[in-house]
Amino acid sequence: MSFNQLNKFMGDLLPFLPDSLLFIMSGIFMAAGICTTLIGIGSVYTWFERRVLAKFQSRIGPNRWGPFGLLQPIADAVKLMLKEDIIPRTADKLVFIAAPIIFLATTLMVYSFIPLGEDSQLGGGNVALLFVLGITSINALTVFMAGWASKNKYAILGSIRAVAMLISYEVPMAVSLMGVVMMSESLSLVGITKSQSTIPYILIQPLGAMTFMIAAIAEMSRAPFDMVESESELIGGYITEYAGMKFAAFQLSEFLAPIFTSAFFTVLFLGGDSGFSFIPGIFWFSIKTFIVTCILLWFRSTWPRLRIDQIMGFAWKVLMPAAILNTLLIGLEIVFIGENYLLQIIINFLAASLFIYFIANVLGQKRLVLEKPVPSELANMDANR
Amino acid sequence: MYGLGLFKGLSITLKNMILVKRTNTVQYPDKKASVFDLARQSNKNFISYMITNPLNSFKSFMGLISIKQQVDQHPRFRGEEFSWYEERCTGCASCAKYCPLGIIKIVTDQTGKHYQEGQSYDIETFDIDIGRCMFCGLCVEACPYDALHMGSGFEEGQYMRDNLVIDVDRLKKAEKKPSHWFRPQLSDKGDYSPFDAEIEWDSVGRHQKPSNKELKNKWIRSESNDS
Amino acid sequence: MSINNELVTVNFGPQHPSMHGVFRMRVTLDGESIVDIEPVFGYLHRGTEKLAEERTYVQIVTLTDRLDYVASMSNNLAYVSAVEKLCDIEVPKRASYIRVIVAELQRIASHLMATGFLLQDLGAFGTPLMYCFREREKILDMFETLCGARITLSYMRPGGVFQDTPDEFWGQLDSFMGTISDQISELESLITGNEIVLSRTRNIGILKPEEVINGSLSGPMLRASRVKWDLRKANPYEVYDELDFDIPIGATGDTFDRYLIRVKEMRESIKIINQCVSLIKPGPVRNEDVPLVIRAPENEAYAAVEGPKGELGFYLVSDGGISPYRCKIRAPSFMNLSLLREMAIGTKVGDLIVNFGSIDIVLGEVDR
Repeated sequence: MSFNQLNKFMGDLLPFLPDSLLFIMSGIFMAAGICTTLIGIGSVYTWFERRVLAKFQSRIGPNRWGPFGLLQPIADAVKLMLKEDIIPRTADKLVFIAAPIIFLATTLMVYSFIPLGEDSQLGGGNVALLFVLGITSINALTVFMAGWASKNKYAILGSIRAVAMLISYEVPMAVSLMGVVMMSESLSLVGITKSQSTIPYILIQPLGAMTFMIAAIAEMSRAPFDMVESESELIGGYITEYAGMKFAAFQLSEFLAPIFTSAFFTVLFLGGDSGFSFIPGIFWFSIKTFIVTCILLWFRSTWPRLRIDQIMGFAWKVLMPAAILNTLLIGLEIVFIGENYLLQIIINFLAASLFIYFIANVLGQKRLVLEKPVPSELANMDANR
Repeated sequence: MYGLGLFKGLSITLKNMILVKRTNTVQYPDKKASVFDLARQSNKNFISYMITNPLNSFKSFMGLISIKQQVDQHPRFRGEEFSWYEERCTGCASCAKYCPLGIIKIVTDQTGKHYQEGQSYDIETFDIDIGRCMFCGLCVEACPYDALHMGSGFEEGQYMRDNLVIDVDRLKKAEKKPSHWFRPQLSDKGDYSPFDAEIEWDSVGRHQKPSNKELKNKWIRSESNDS
Repeated sequence: MSINNELVTVNFGPQHPSMHGVFRMRVTLDGESIVDIEPVFGYLHRGTEKLAEERTYVQIVTLTDRLDYVASMSNNLAYVSAVEKLCDIEVPKRASYIRVIVAELQRIASHLMATGFLLQDLGAFGTPLMYCFREREKILDMFETLCGARITLSYMRPGGVFQDTPDEFWGQLDSFMGTISDQISELESLITGNEIVLSRTRNIGILKPEEVINGSLSGPMLRASRVKWDLRKANPYEVYDELDFDIPIGATGDTFDRYLIRVKEMRESIKIINQCVSLIKPGPVRNEDVPLVIRAPENEAYAAVEGPKGELGFYLVSDGGISPYRCKIRAPSFMNLSLLREMAIGTKVGDLIVNFGSIDIVLGEVDR
């Protein structure tokens, strides 16, 4: 249901109220509905992620409570709610409390701009793309707030890492979206979806999609870019000192982030709700989002973490040129080729593979060549005999 | 090409996800039963089981049915439910002397009885403090009359520390399911497994009274071993 | 504009996810770079050496289980070798073969765990660790069949092993040996070629041959730095002189080499076990002349074995009593830690964790 429909429905239901009050009320209802749904989805996603990760690691995963362990998120939520809410004595109390709230609020806020289906006006707004990019950059600030207010050395180290990393990855992410904006001639997510009705942009802009995907994984600081929390190094990074509901808020928004990223990726590069028309658009949207989420989980389960300097180098040396090249290519194609999709696909895929080859084999390390070991002269037991 | 290793790793994790049989998690103490497990339990084909028991099939699909699951363990497992045979014990306190931690306490009565394997005392106290026990099994190794055996169970968890001390009454009443640890004669029987049935005192031992020379060899190291 | 910066001292441990127990490092950081580290240990000190002085020789076997608790068999082997040397005890041939088989199985188990936790420290979210544990589990099941326990085994006695193998053990061993090679290959294709692992571990924490010899390091740490030294070849004990195997050495001595050495050693262990299985013959497994309470002659003896972590030695001094007068343990984990500072200074925090993980210490052995 869209906001306008809700507003009209409220007007029919309560005709004696003034329009302005109806507007505010339907806004509140809408927001409450979205938040509740999202929190529900987020908690189910925690179960899903744990189950799928367990399968990748040849384990079973939570299966005790309810069918297939589906009630596990509820048990977790109850446990976290009943925990003592600890605020360290030396912490900056106001900032310490504010950080998880802002973190969760921003994460929930971006969801209101995802166009779920054909008649959904949630994704409206002429500059939704800019709004989403802007809101997601608040993450860096909240993570820094949390880390700094905790007055914990691990937390500060983690938050400094977070600021450095998140800001670096903002840039290639935004630049990689330029291609999409240029092709669809729109900044609204609905417009972008509509312009992909013939062909999804991932086929036309493989380089842009790849860049966006990697930058987005880094933005939500998941493996292999989970520098911010990096369990084995900094214990928990900025969430080291958090417990109880504050911790739950951080965890929830962290689990909501991959869903949002998948949905955003679906809108930008996979054509959103477009598909065969006999199945409703919301179904197409969900299934695409689901597949992207699974791929993110697959990456997470397989790859180790990069080091901080390697991550920063990757952002500026690899992703930035890729994003700029993509923008340049798309711009030139729009001017000189026009709407010949086949030619664009050929050119762009060629350019993408050439670029990856160049980066991998010229700038990156060569293939693993194991040197032949030479025994040292010292204490060589074969020599003694 | 640089970068292929990453995708090779992805294929490995995918392979491990698909090959579900590689999972060797044991769900203990109970297991969420699937329809296949239930059908196997009632010796039926799973299709016929689903037709005859639709409610149970649905429940198991929802993950509401759990069946008992035992951990696979070898008869030689050193469990904490000690098996002690009053009839065989002479009260020599070898186990107490040999325990590295000194957690076995034996007090005997002077009035003796005659049993098959030699003179024995009445046991008044036989306390094993399994709260400190490390299940090395040296007491079992030391017992010359095969009276003390490691058990096969391991579910002796208690709420109070005092309850962890196994006293003589509990030892007498306990289920006699001796482990094969350091008791090769039990393994040689072939058909006996500690998980099936209890075993009586007259069939756990070597059944021959050890000769004085054997006892001497076992307990005293001296130069005159040969004589 | 000049930026004022000051050094930060951070405590890593004793409670820290990747300190492999209760190790503690006081690390001085300049941003992300490490300026100085100071290892602090002793949180798991249980006084094993002192406790050994008031136990009989066989009772000490149970203490050795708890030194390096991921490789109890190797500890048992090292200790009983020392006692056998002290009292001149003969070991039956079959017992020697069984000892070699279980020691090599334990080496595989320990190296699997080292590899898994190295990858965990690298930040692979548990997946390689779980695969390693899955294989290790089979080894532990075999140990349960063999001696009724999984971790604290107490399997060996002076003069042999306490009891012959049950028949089921050989079947389990066969099925394990059939799959482990493929599993190690799979693990290797998950890790060895992975560019992230390579960029994290290659040319990190390089130790030169002179350094490792001066630091008296042993085991995979030593061999990764191009020093070909293995007690199994250099000073063969049990039946190692009858077996054919190679000593893999590393090329540069970095963290990646230390990982690779462990994988190669697992393959060599598989070779050794296969040879032992074909060579072993029925016979007694325990020298019946050895009494339960040994009274050792007034003497002293040092015996060392090549444990999974390095040269594990026991030095026993006897005053003629039923328990040793002094028992000194040469713990390889403790010795291998001695170059941690040299490895860590100048690197980043992430490298510190990875370097530390590649040493593969067990705190039960470090603190004793």
